[in-house]
Amino acid sequence: MHSFLKSGKLGEAGSSNSPTSGSAKKRLKKLQWVEKYRPKTVEDVVEQKDVVAVLKECISGADLPNMLFYGPPGTGKTSTILAAAHQLFGDLYKDRILELNASDERGIQVIRDKIKTFSQLTVCSARADGNPCPALKIIILDEADAMTQAAQAALRRTMEKETKTTRFCLLCNYVSRIIEPLTSRCTKFRFKPLNQSFILERLQAICKQEKVLVAENILNVLVQESGGDMRRAITALQSCANLQGKNSHITLENVYEVLTVVPEKWVANFLDLCRKRTDIKQIIQFINELEQQAYPTHKIFEQLNVLLIESDTISEPLKAEIGEYLAESSFRSTCSRADFTHLLDFAVHTQEILTVDPEARKWEQQENAKCTIIQGLV
Amino acid sequence: MSMLWVDKYRPKELSALDYHIQQAEELKNLVEHSDFPHLLVYGPSGAGKKTRIMCILKELFGPGVERLKMEPITVTTPSNKKVEIMTVNSNYHIEINPSDVGIYDRVVVMDLIKNIAQTQQIGMTGNQRDFKVVLLTEVDNLTKDAQHALRRTMEKYSANCRLILCATSLSPVIPAIQSRCLPIRVAAPSVSEIATILQSTCEKEDLELRPELAEQIATAVNGNLRRALLICEVYKMEHGDLSEQVGEPLPIPEPDWKVFVVQTASLITSEQSIENLMAVRERLYELLSNGIPPEIVLKELLTALLMKCDKHIIPQVLREAALYEYRMTQGNKHIVHLEAFVTKFMCLYQRHLKSLMQGF
Repeated sequence: MHSFLKSGKLGEAGSSNSPTSGSAKKRLKKLQWVEKYRPKTVEDVVEQKDVVAVLKECISGADLPNMLFYGPPGTGKTSTILAAAHQLFGDLYKDRILELNASDERGIQVIRDKIKTFSQLTVCSARADGNPCPALKIIILDEADAMTQAAQAALRRTMEKETKTTRFCLLCNYVSRIIEPLTSRCTKFRFKPLNQSFILERLQAICKQEKVLVAENILNVLVQESGGDMRRAITALQSCANLQGKNSHITLENVYEVLTVVPEKWVANFLDLCRKRTDIKQIIQFINELEQQAYPTHKIFEQLNVLLIESDTISEPLKAEIGEYLAESSFRSTCSRADFTHLLDFAVHTQEILTVDPEARKWEQQENAKCTIIQGLV
Repeated sequence: MSMLWVDKYRPKELSALDYHIQQAEELKNLVEHSDFPHLLVYGPSGAGKKTRIMCILKELFGPGVERLKMEPITVTTPSNKKVEIMTVNSNYHIEINPSDVGIYDRVVVMDLIKNIAQTQQIGMTGNQRDFKVVLLTEVDNLTKDAQHALRRTMEKYSANCRLILCATSLSPVIPAIQSRCLPIRVAAPSVSEIATILQSTCEKEDLELRPELAEQIATAVNGNLRRALLICEVYKMEHGDLSEQVGEPLPIPEPDWKVFVVQTASLITSEQSIENLMAVRERLYELLSNGIPPEIVLKELLTALLMKCDKHIIPQVLREAALYEYRMTQGNKHIVHLEAFVTKFMCLYQRHLKSLMQGF
């Protein structure tokens, strides 16, 4: 398990003066930018002040608590703990860290065997070269919210018993999926979505280093559309750069395509169609065309939502009503492959809400409610 | 050698693609770049996803990718059950459809892909890349568990292996995976594009295709190029000649099952009774047992029914359809939900008819 912990993604940082530095550099070139520009030290982590402060203390010698990082993707959870671990342990990294994530088997058996044996090992408080280093091991459980309840429960006692030698760091997107006994054993840190200015700054730095040609306003769009997700922004930038090839500017279309943004015209047409009393056949035809363009349904719903909220011509109560339908249709479409049904359902209902008189609609709803009790076919 | 036109004239190189030329150029740039990302190719069926993927692979590795062999691979689940899965592989890539094994897809993703991803490609010569490609099809059918298992694998082994994912719809793919891939949208070709391709294919076959027929086929297939080519070929088989009008303008044949669904829809609207429901059930069973995916059955049934019912009940019918469609994805027995929808529709329809009668 330890042997494949790190496949050279951050290892280069420490190995710059080792004999293998030549090959390391060669590989560095091919790294994805997300990995290449991962923060190397805790100080490099932007925005997340609380956790950085705590980790800094630890690096300078204070005790490390068990930690639980939670927050939306791309805010730096994994980066932070990996950077901290490298600073803490340096070359000893491989022996001191056990990183498990959802791609490893993490049932109750693994908790019992692997984690327990790993946590029971005692470690020395000095590095090979004599420098001090904390006598600790860290177990990083990435994507902890994908662990089963039983596995989480099995962790409880292990966590307490081995505090002398082991610290746990749980990373997850949704803290609500971690059972209460675990959260109460950890110091919780929330990772906020990153401020757009930070992302912009980082992207500009990368552009400069990688010699990417991109206009300021396009970079702004990219940052805006990535919604505070640093990884997404960087990946998108790299993809755009790769698609365009050397020495050509990144265009707005590139950015939209890479971030799977649906062109404004389709979304606007969708809403326009709902505002008029269009015939069902026309709506079906429109949705068929939309499907053939292969725009992702969840993105369509997302952008419709923004358009709806910003609309001046629709009254607030109606927006609320449509919003409810939108939420449900959007959720259902993420579960199934039949986007057609859900889009059509949403379109027709929005049309009804926007065009039919509220009183008449209420009456109709009551009538329909009567039919929910199946009256028996005759 | 006799081959279907679809396969015979499938473009083999990115530069030979007939539409989305801008995209093809961008893909070429991508391949030439030393750093190749994971790809997520999505688009409706028959739009040319697979063709593009194979073109990319060929650009990456050369003609070696066309020497394919089938190989069954066995993986063991945690409960010691052995599941077998078919793979298609060449020296440079392996193609798997993990959803073939149903709920065990997570094991396949974890074991198989990790194994492949961990082995390094050796003996590189010349333009060969130092990574292998794992091609996963129908990613939108993967369970959420399997998708979660995929996310870290993708990051960790990016030195040895690249994933190309293929899906018809993007929304069931979790955001974590989407953010790790470069999305490639393959929209369906337009009517005129299909017509042009039909013309050029017929030219290569030394046949003459009259433009109206090309147009007619292109309109009927709803953007599905594969179907267009197949229909065209069938036409040639049946009539031998595509250049002249033979008698009446022939209708484009709908697929049998579609006709069957439409008939079922008229059966539902013709009479609402328990007996009729039984008859509908038999028909639904027949559709499912012939391998038509349930969500497609529901979609077609819904479209056919919507054409027949009054606009007052349309919103309600749709609401129910969406609900049952959602439940169908959650449950295992599709027939139950299909039937429930049919029953619900009958109720709504009958009640509406009655209220109309009372109006008189």
